[in-house]
Amino acid sequence: MICSIKLFAVAQQRIGQQEIKVTIEAPTTVADLRTAVTEQFPELTDVLPHCMIAVNTEYASPADSISDSDEIAIIPPVSGG
Amino acid sequence: MISIIHDPIDNNEVLDAVSSHHAGAVLLFLGTTRQFTGEKETTALDYDCYEEMALKQMTRLADQAKQKWQLSGVAMTHRVGHLELGEASVAIAVSSAHREAAFEAGKWLIDTLKEVVPIWKKENWSDGTTEWVHHGC
Repeated sequence: MICSIKLFAVAQQRIGQQEIKVTIEAPTTVADLRTAVTEQFPELTDVLPHCMIAVNTEYASPADSISDSDEIAIIPPVSGG
Repeated sequence: MISIIHDPIDNNEVLDAVSSHHAGAVLLFLGTTRQFTGEKETTALDYDCYEEMALKQMTRLADQAKQKWQLSGVAMTHRVGHLELGEASVAIAVSSAHREAAFEAGKWLIDTLKEVVPIWKKENWSDGTTEWVHHGC
């Protein structure tokens, strides 16, 4: 399946786009998605370990499953306020 | 009131949102754009957010604060986009019957917002460079 992943802040800056598309075999998990992103977008390799993954606007755990209808985002360390 | 806005924050609007005859204390916290961080000089800040998730998180924080403390009202507004020095990026207002709850809840709300709400700031340094702020990244 193809997962669209929203990018923000430094992740968006690295890629130069607001979104990436990652090809990954279903069924899959957040942990597998991280691996696929690193393989397919090496520009994010050093940033990704510091980021959270959000699935459907909630912070997700590595074992959480992902389907192609989910809204996925890479959340770099936040700095609001 | 929970909101993310692009225009300058109206402090009175945030305060009005928590006004209540049950309140004996109203607290307003403003986070403002600071010129110096150590030796480095900021000329402006740009904020980005994941709006849908940020609003959800902010609403949850307000609900959690109401469970932890006896509050009459909670309002949180974050501004995004380009901010000049001295401008407020965030406003949090809390009202309660007695001041202790308002002070404690206000501190918890801004501290927790800075930890979990998906909003990011980019420094525009005086040397012309820019930098997304990601602590620990």
